Amino acid sequence: MTTPAETDLAAAAPVTVPESEWRRLEVRTIVVRPFNELLGFIPLLIGAVALGQHNDQKILFGLAGIVLLVGRGLIHWLTTRYRITDEQVEIHYGLISRQRLATRRERIRTVESTARLGHRLFGVTSVRIGTGQHDHKGHKPMKLDAVTSAEADRLRRVLLHRTDTTAATSTATSAPPADTGEVLARLDWRWLRYAPLTLSGLFAAAAIFGVVWRSVNELDINVNRIGLMRSGVRWFENASAGAVIAVITLVAVVLIVFGSTVMYVLKYSNYLLTRERDDTLHVRRGLLTTSAVTIEEARLRGVAIMEPLLLRAGRGARCSAVATGLQRKNESHLLMPPGPVAEAHRVARLVLRASDAGSPPVVRLARHARAALRRRLVRAVVPALLVVLVLWLLAQFAGWPAWLWQVGCAWPVLAVPLGLNRYRNLGHALTPRYLVTRSGSLERRTVALQRTGIIGWQIRRTFFQRRAGLITLTATTSAGRGAYRVLDITEGDGLRLAEDAVPGLLAPFLVED
Amino acid sequence: MHTGPTAQPADTANAPATRTGLPAGTLRLRNPRYRVHPRAILWWTLRTGVFWLVVILAQVAIRVFADQPPSWLAVTLIISATAGVLQVVVEPQWRYRVHHWEATQDAVFTRSGWIRQEWRVAPVSRIQTVDTKRGPLEQLLGLATVTVTTASAAGPVEIAGLAHEDAARLVDELTATTQATAGDAT
Repeated sequence: MTTPAETDLAAAAPVTVPESEWRRLEVRTIVVRPFNELLGFIPLLIGAVALGQHNDQKILFGLAGIVLLVGRGLIHWLTTRYRITDEQVEIHYGLISRQRLATRRERIRTVESTARLGHRLFGVTSVRIGTGQHDHKGHKPMKLDAVTSAEADRLRRVLLHRTDTTAATSTATSAPPADTGEVLARLDWRWLRYAPLTLSGLFAAAAIFGVVWRSVNELDINVNRIGLMRSGVRWFENASAGAVIAVITLVAVVLIVFGSTVMYVLKYSNYLLTRERDDTLHVRRGLLTTSAVTIEEARLRGVAIMEPLLLRAGRGARCSAVATGLQRKNESHLLMPPGPVAEAHRVARLVLRASDAGSPPVVRLARHARAALRRRLVRAVVPALLVVLVLWLLAQFAGWPAWLWQVGCAWPVLAVPLGLNRYRNLGHALTPRYLVTRSGSLERRTVALQRTGIIGWQIRRTFFQRRAGLITLTATTSAGRGAYRVLDITEGDGLRLAEDAVPGLLAPFLVED
Repeated sequence: MHTGPTAQPADTANAPATRTGLPAGTLRLRNPRYRVHPRAILWWTLRTGVFWLVVILAQVAIRVFADQPPSWLAVTLIISATAGVLQVVVEPQWRYRVHHWEATQDAVFTRSGWIRQEWRVAPVSRIQTVDTKRGPLEQLLGLATVTVTTASAAGPVEIAGLAHEDAARLVDELTATTQATAGDAT
């Protein structure tokens, strides 16, 4: 605990001085948490009120659930405490099993604040503190749910504004500047045309369908009571097969386009990428659920340009950060939402502080050897052929329908252009600061990885790669996915690339053939 | 640092090239200096053997106890018996030829695998933890696996099948070197 003198000092000094007294979460947490959890049930509730057969037992269960949720929110608020000392951040929470989380402050890499609808209504936000450690299973994230927006802002600045121990006294007077950052990119509504190419609409449509389907089942709604459904079913029973397929395709396309556009607006509205004056990158986005991710620039290990097949066909791309401490889910590594590929390249260059057009990730990539083409083709076609063979055998000897393998024959045929495209997309390059590698067809990924961020090599060679004289070179790093591959590079080239990228690491283990 | 295990250096012919520049010709990786302990062959044999034994016994059990065992069970039984015998005979020997390791002042260097082989290099300056792990079979045979983790999520560098005392010595030496290196290894 603190002495009175220390507390006085903390109270008098500006906000950036680390305090040592314990703080609680915002009081509104008690309401916000259950509220957020209840929001998920709203479609179900609407369904129940509008269409369901009322049932006292279900209402009782619902009320009990609400009481439990509120109680949980109360306990969470009562038991959670956090403080930021000179050395570390500590979070204590939990009633039955007390959890004590502590992280050294110099290990903090990112601060994310996410505000869901409930948070926003009550003016609070949740904060996640990302450290250098990867999210192992059982490794609890450092999360504060919820604090006021002002407190979130303060946390972000205190935690990512490094105060050297030597300069600690001087920083007390020079508080880090508020949001006066340089704008690197903002949302252009014309990017909305890339939304249908992201396939997120497919997931959205599937999710909506799932919710409706479950509600209908859970609430014992009699579908036949709705007139529209009845006439729809009747039409389907009488229409020809061609018309049915056409209608289903049309409905699916409309749903996907609509769903993906809605998702795009929800996720990426208010998108703004800035570089703050304390050398952090700041990504803000979201319409209902807002998220603000702050990445310490010194810990950024590179960028990735993602071009899924459809998006690539429309000359679009996404850009994301290769950084430590970010969540895998929630797209918290996003630097630019789906948009024009040229814009993604521009953002990547700005983020990497590379001014000229020829800098990564848009460098000329070296093609891989012809042996890699054969390997990509074989790996695309052979599994497809095996599946068809198995289906044919099953049709011959186990009485499976023959159309299965006949339709399946399309797969090996389609696999040929896929394999060719995979080969065409293979590439690598070495720039003074970055190792650039590209692969993938269904999702083409171009990664520029900082050479100083490489913390090891893995060289992998399968039986077939050995015969083809190829290896898969993997650079390991603490950031992002943890490993970035240069696929199917010839052995000599790969080893030379590795040694050139991180001089001296591999050299003692290399010999000349 | 030269960790001297009880096993002899495997590739004295392939001594490390101690030159600064890279040779102009085609490069390849040499073997790390040391083989694992010969008892590792027995360990791999037992490990693979137990796996196939379970697979085969499960099928035999179905054949014996089921009222009407499916007809294809005979085919899978023959296939798994053949594959099992082949793997038990081939894999341990093959692995023993492949598995090598080396720890220098600057890096840990390993080679492992059999059909699919893998070389891993981790610079000592980036090592976060070093520890040993001993499964039941390894304990029985006096072997240990040394696990060297870095900050990468791509999996640790593992040296399996070392004699227990060699593993302990390697861990001590690596721990000492790692602690002497500054930085948080990310």
